[in-house]
Amino acid sequence: MIEGKVIKYGNNVDTDVIIPARYLNTSNPEELAAHCMEDLDPSFKDRVQPGDIIVAGSNFGCGSSREHAPMAIKASGISCIIAETFARIFYRNALNIGLPIMECPEAAQEIREGDRVAVDLANGTITNLTSGRTYKAASFPPFMQELIQAGGLVEYVKEKMGVNR
Amino acid sequence: MGMTMTQKILAAHAGLDKVEAGQLILADLDLVMGNDITAPMAIQEFKRMGAKNVFDRKKVVLVPDHFTPNKDIKSAEQCRVIREFADEMDIENYFEIGQMGIEHALLPEKGLVVPGDVVIGADSHTCTYGALGAFSTGVGSTDMAAGMATGQAWFKVPEAIKFVLKGRPGKWVSGKDVILHIIGMIGVDGALYRSMEYSGEGLGSLSMDDRFTMANMAIEAGAKNGIFEVDDITLEYVKEHSDKEYKVYKADDDAEYKEVYHIDLSSITPAVAFPHLPENVRTFDQIEEIPIQQVVIGSCTNGRLGDLRIAAQILKGHKVNPRVRAIVIPATQKIYLQAMREGLLEIFVEAGAVVSTPTCGPCLGGHMGVLAKGERAVSTTNRNFVGRMGHPESEVYLASPAVAAASAITGKISSPEEVMK
Repeated sequence: MIEGKVIKYGNNVDTDVIIPARYLNTSNPEELAAHCMEDLDPSFKDRVQPGDIIVAGSNFGCGSSREHAPMAIKASGISCIIAETFARIFYRNALNIGLPIMECPEAAQEIREGDRVAVDLANGTITNLTSGRTYKAASFPPFMQELIQAGGLVEYVKEKMGVNR
Repeated sequence: MGMTMTQKILAAHAGLDKVEAGQLILADLDLVMGNDITAPMAIQEFKRMGAKNVFDRKKVVLVPDHFTPNKDIKSAEQCRVIREFADEMDIENYFEIGQMGIEHALLPEKGLVVPGDVVIGADSHTCTYGALGAFSTGVGSTDMAAGMATGQAWFKVPEAIKFVLKGRPGKWVSGKDVILHIIGMIGVDGALYRSMEYSGEGLGSLSMDDRFTMANMAIEAGAKNGIFEVDDITLEYVKEHSDKEYKVYKADDDAEYKEVYHIDLSSITPAVAFPHLPENVRTFDQIEEIPIQQVVIGSCTNGRLGDLRIAAQILKGHKVNPRVRAIVIPATQKIYLQAMREGLLEIFVEAGAVVSTPTCGPCLGGHMGVLAKGERAVSTTNRNFVGRMGHPESEVYLASPAVAAASAITGKISSPEEVMK
């Protein structure tokens, strides 16, 4: 079970504002986290607390394929992202690196900045502890559940796909 | 129910007779690509997977093109990581400075992608190769790592949107205007998780350069891939550039499409995407006087020979406005050389533009043309997000090479007709 305070954003949060390209000359998660959301919300890195949850509108993570984006968010201490929809490469990348994400338009619209939210990844429920409302997110297909349970694609590949060692 | 072009290619690469939209499959890869931003992270994950060798040293491509020639020490270190990995793995297709070009112009030019291929690249504009009738899509570094280690990737089989093109584009209208028009129409998530499939008799009036531009920006509509039906123009390009075996896939007549758009190319006029989303598209009847300080002509979207020819045609005999920095970037060494032989580079320099070695640099605010606070650029690139080309309070206006060249002359966002009376 994940629980945290909500930081809320709008639609089309792109990977250039999540982590501007001028910082992509490194892949160190802590260095990336120091600049996370800088061009959209300069206050993010000072106010984010470990366990906080990002709630956003549609097409979250659109733009570049940089895995630095979910990595910067994860290294900032964000425990989960709830959005109306995710851009597809961001969606893959988040699952691959083990950053929990949930698609749930109703929750994304109703949950407000500062609300406390609990997320049960196993059954896909999102509870707004501030308003008392509960939502059901789209569930992951079995393959993706396996991927998530394995802890991301690296572990999954080790277990399943037969690496050329 | 039949299959779309994309579904047929994916089915064949998953060893299945049939796939349906939404199905999760494991597909064999014909090519796995990465660059100096994404490959270092992929190499780290590759090692963490315990992999000792790449699945096929001929099918992994590494292109240091983003922050190269190295813009700072950290970038140099990133490039060293991929250079050493290429040596260690004996990667055949590692392209060093002097050989390299912007990846999505380089791979087709080198004949590395042919119709029917399945390609992943750790760069969102990998969708460019759909112009050749291949399935190609952008992924992150971990997917690239798994691809290098296993030769496979998982995909959710996409639904598709069909674009049936007819007519001929007018003078000064290019593939860039067509794709901006489409993104303006369907929005930046209008094709989310879907394929954009192009067909119709209008294809006959779109060059390969036009098609590469259009497929390149499929991601700007949220699409998984953009793909063009293969015709004589495609096959001529393939024969000229590659001796790889290829296979042409055509959508079934009864393939299912979520939406079908009919587009008359003759009705499209030059377009500009305003900050800060590629869907904020306006035509010149909706554009007031907007002064600019920079023009960029280049990138994986519009740095090909056809693009440079159009820009040169407009800049010839003109001068770049003294308040504008005009930066021209041929996308590959071959394009650079050809542009030199044709006298295009001389036209650019005579006009007062600078000509750069191939690099992605300014498109993502890396180097070779970073914007200051409050500055505006007209750019032939693909994204105009906040801070994309530099300061978060700078602005990028996306347009064709013709519009960019005309704007360089006037110092404001201008249609080609303004200067080519």
